[in-house]
Amino acid sequence: MATYRLNVNGRQREVTTDPSTPLLWVLREDLKMTGTKYGCGVSACGACTVHVGGVATRSCVVPVSMIDDRPIVTIEGIGVDPVGRAVQNAWIDKDVVQCGYCQSGQIMSAVALLKHTPKPTDLNIDESMGGNLCRCATYVRIREAIKSAGNQLK
Amino acid sequence: MITPAKDLSLNRRTFLRVSSVAAGGLLVSLYFDRSMLAQEAQTQPPPKVYPPDAFIRITPDGNIVIQVNRLEFGQGVNTALPMVLADELDADWTQVVAELAPAADIYKDPVFGIQMVGGSGSIAHSFQQYRELGAKTRAMLVATAASKWNVSAAQCRTEASVVFGPAGQKARYAELASDAARQNVPQTVRLKNPSEFRLIGKPVRRLDSRPKCNGSSKFGLDLDLPGMKVAVVAHPPVFGGKVKSLDDKEARAIDGVRDVFQIPVNLGGTGVAVVADKFWPAKQARDLLKIEWDLSGVQPADSMELFARYRQLATTTGNVAVTRGDEKALERIPSASRIVADFEFPYLAHAPMEPLNTTVRFDGERAETWAGSQFQTFDQMAVAQVLGLKPELVTFHTEMAGGGFGRRAVIDSHIQREAAVIAKRMQGTPVKLIWTREDDIQGGYYRPMHVHRVEVGIGPDGLPAAWRHVVVGQSIVAGTPFASLLIKNGVDDTAVEGVADSHYVIPNFHLSAHHPTVNVPVLWWRSVGHTHTAFVMETLIDELATRAKIDPIAYRRKLLKPDSHKLRKPLDLLETKTANWRLPRGHAKGVACHECFGTGVACAVEVSIENNRPKIHRATVAVDCGMAVNPLTIESQFQAGIGFGLTQLVSGGAITLKNGRVEQRNFDGFIPPYIVDVPVDIDVHIVPSTEAPTGCGEPPVPVIAPAVVNALAKLTGKRYRTLPLTNI
Repeated sequence: MATYRLNVNGRQREVTTDPSTPLLWVLREDLKMTGTKYGCGVSACGACTVHVGGVATRSCVVPVSMIDDRPIVTIEGIGVDPVGRAVQNAWIDKDVVQCGYCQSGQIMSAVALLKHTPKPTDLNIDESMGGNLCRCATYVRIREAIKSAGNQLK
Repeated sequence: MITPAKDLSLNRRTFLRVSSVAAGGLLVSLYFDRSMLAQEAQTQPPPKVYPPDAFIRITPDGNIVIQVNRLEFGQGVNTALPMVLADELDADWTQVVAELAPAADIYKDPVFGIQMVGGSGSIAHSFQQYRELGAKTRAMLVATAASKWNVSAAQCRTEASVVFGPAGQKARYAELASDAARQNVPQTVRLKNPSEFRLIGKPVRRLDSRPKCNGSSKFGLDLDLPGMKVAVVAHPPVFGGKVKSLDDKEARAIDGVRDVFQIPVNLGGTGVAVVADKFWPAKQARDLLKIEWDLSGVQPADSMELFARYRQLATTTGNVAVTRGDEKALERIPSASRIVADFEFPYLAHAPMEPLNTTVRFDGERAETWAGSQFQTFDQMAVAQVLGLKPELVTFHTEMAGGGFGRRAVIDSHIQREAAVIAKRMQGTPVKLIWTREDDIQGGYYRPMHVHRVEVGIGPDGLPAAWRHVVVGQSIVAGTPFASLLIKNGVDDTAVEGVADSHYVIPNFHLSAHHPTVNVPVLWWRSVGHTHTAFVMETLIDELATRAKIDPIAYRRKLLKPDSHKLRKPLDLLETKTANWRLPRGHAKGVACHECFGTGVACAVEVSIENNRPKIHRATVAVDCGMAVNPLTIESQFQAGIGFGLTQLVSGGAITLKNGRVEQRNFDGFIPPYIVDVPVDIDVHIVPSTEAPTGCGEPPVPVIAPAVVNALAKLTGKRYRTLPLTNI
């Protein structure tokens, strides 16, 4: 057991846990932030995607001990970011979600994409979103919503 | 804090329920005394009205809270059924709130008689029910206002949760709700004409989008209760295996582990449960268990061996499902005019995004369960049985579920049984059982593997004159309560649906099936038998059209029964919508159509070959699902259902077993479609209809794989009959 100070959505949080615990489970069980989802545990589905130091990261394979002071942003906090808000609104406007379980991860990946590529091509979208699995397969609308959010941001 | 205030003078059957809510307001609901109804039932038949209190709550601030008698797991029913009710109620849609109903008799599917989601029946079965509920509640509110204003109900009209009187009077539903609760529930009520619909038939966005986009929506796996523990289970490596010896010393040494014990699991096997404060210690501890397994007496299933056995079986006639015309007609057709086609389909995992889970708390006399369940009635009974309780003593909460596709409609309730066994041992402590993704991929309940052998004799007109079809695959329902309903003459209908009821007119037709017993649990996988039967039918019909040098849509029209309007109309619409496709060199168009669960679908795709894989550039779908309740949801279901249907076409879309062990572990082995695998554009066109609505959950799935393979055949001249597609 060790104690870690984490910066989550702009707030300092302290957790005491086993150093090997993936960030995903620290968020979900210690910090009770369940918007970040467990889908595979092996970084194969992207449901657990959060931003660590501004980079889209699969939180299911990153031990909490490796975070250090890099700021963490989760789905619960992404709405205060203009890009995050635009993506969430586009998702709602385009009626993207079905079961919705993967969408936290999809949105976090989409925001990361739009932050460095505001007008993504289909190929950009394939590359950035290619690791985010949606078993409902809402991909057509995910793609539409990303383009729409990009256009909103101008 | 419920304070019932009976008002027997007005109506003995109803009374007000007024309770305080957390926010400090009052909650007024229509409430019916069921015990009184039951007493009266002894002397007279109970009225056939649903007590609206079970479905609708009108709160003082005007919210209309509607109970949805289904699991929501993506199909959009927690928007569509509230739309249906709200339309007849003339409710203010901006104030409609949907809640998933717990397990209770009142929420059983009106057709199936159990509380469930399946057979694409949510709208088809509850459309009328929810319309009547809305209309009856509206009538009670109108009657209340009318008597207050001393006018007749017919002089009043309603809109957006307000009753309007003839002299400009206005009353909000929220003001009327408590008095309306004293009204008799009308036995009959006039429903709207479709021209009066305000919501039904309009594209309406989902009610659950925002919480699902900001992380606040709670799924079963997100449940957090005071004192809750988490359990994971080490399952036998071969179905039905048992623990021979267990060394849990290292596992117990993990900080946070509370208990380690053996439990019975499905198929007569045993496993080891680890209960810990949180998931991570539970999983770490499970990884450290040293278990020796007793695999004696369990059949080690092996995909290669099974396919060999199935292929052999497919050359012999099985139990007869359908026989029509002359069985010997085939033999009289010259061999040059015959096709013999062998098809192979692997096991498929559902792999819903939210891993399987269930939480149970048992206090010795009662229990509480939280689960995203497609089969609340069965799952509640299973928990009750394990705990030795009557089902009504198990409060069963329906949790929002992250996908399911049939995987949460498990006839043996094995997840709930495991959870209940663990909760019994941990009495007083709520325990959340989590199946990891590995448990899910390796845990069985797959779409059964199948082999089909079809011999077709082609007539001089190019149409099939004789058809002999053998299906080989495990029965999903053998030995279950569904057997008597779904197995006829030894044939499981879920294995032959889509062939047995084909809409193609084939004069001499013989269909039989073998159902070998295999030690792998199998289950319905979104669209069930149609996943493989539509592939066989639609690729063969396409092959016949090509041989006959007839346009594939025209050929299908020639062959369809004259009254197959649910396929004819989508085919016509598809033809119109794809007439202007200009195909670049190296691209081909493939089509397929199929009707299932009452809905007809026709699909066209534009395909090329890139890196030895089909590249699907676009898809167009035409659908006849009767009256379109929410065209936006239907469009979304069909776009995404096409993607889901590609699960069986992508190269990683197979579960295989070797020596009893499942060879895939996670999404790095069983690889469903990702965004690059689905077309950028999928257009959905709905045939206008005033017929009763039919399902849209499963019908999108079957058409895509045959449509793609039919396009590939144009490009390569080869017919692909083994899925998944590994080489083209």
